[in-house]
Amino acid sequence: MKGMSIIVKKTAQLISGMIFIYGIYVIVHGHLTPGGGFAGGVILAGSLILVTLAYGEEFFKLVREEMGTTIVESLATISVILIAVGGFLFGSKIFFNNFLPRGTVGELVSAGVLPLYNIFVGTEVASSIFIIFLSLIIFKEESPK
Amino acid sequence: MELAICIITGFMILGAIYAIHAKDLLSAVITCGIVGYSLVICFLLLKAPDLAIVQIVVDTITLIIMVAVVLDSSREERFSRLDLSGRITAFTSLVVIGILLYFFVIAAENLDALGNSTLRMAAPYINGAAEKTGSANLVTGVVFDFRGYDTMGEAVVLVTAVIGVLAVLRIKGKKEGFGLLKEDSAKA
Repeated sequence: MKGMSIIVKKTAQLISGMIFIYGIYVIVHGHLTPGGGFAGGVILAGSLILVTLAYGEEFFKLVREEMGTTIVESLATISVILIAVGGFLFGSKIFFNNFLPRGTVGELVSAGVLPLYNIFVGTEVASSIFIIFLSLIIFKEESPK
Repeated sequence: MELAICIITGFMILGAIYAIHAKDLLSAVITCGIVGYSLVICFLLLKAPDLAIVQIVVDTITLIIMVAVVLDSSREERFSRLDLSGRITAFTSLVVIGILLYFFVIAAENLDALGNSTLRMAAPYINGAAEKTGSANLVTGVVFDFRGYDTMGEAVVLVTAVIGVLAVLRIKGKKEGFGLLKEDSAKA
């Protein structure tokens, strides 16, 4: 896949970093403000898709990127389930138990394990949508003309 | 507020009808975008900003992918006239829709006013949820604490969808397997 013109490239360079940081903000503040793992993950995937559309093969080795993203997605899903099982280690017999201390409501580090769930689910959603996009592009590249 | 929602919903219905009847596929895809973005405004009016954020981002990405697909394939829809089986199918679906609409009207007369029944069911969740879960955002508290199983199910559904897409679309693996089969048959 070829990249686009230099205007699109420079604009993508300027904007994509800000979109990425906004996605991280939405994920990390998921237990305080509207948003959370799903919304922030889709924003992260959007910034990656923007860079891929603007630069094409020049920036990413697409097939290698797909391999790495698949591994990240599987690891994030496994971590969600491991944290859910982790409640068993702390004496209770409840799946999805909130075993960390709650803290005061409204601070950034509070709410026990909920921010960890947000971070892992956000990683998983971002990598899933990016994989679907990448596999569509690679399918178009590899299919015979 | 209900009047505004009614107007926006009518606008969505108009957009959907135009999207079915448009001859140019690109304009049909963009009219589908009207439906999605009007839904975002409805969510904001009903005070659900979490859903509005997810809807606006997902709708934009879907629109990009659909526009790319339309630009890459043909832009005009190919019409075909209805034959006998097509007419029977259309008639049957009309009858089924009429029956469903009848029961829908009966069910809608017995409902409470907009939002009352859900508030009654959700009262145990809302009362003291911030102290129980420790999160200031009520939605995150419900999604990841009270309804943790549902969220895990959604994550697993996404993983399954990705596995399906990779299994269908990765043509390289298919080619190598095909070559092996050919060599085997040549040896035999």
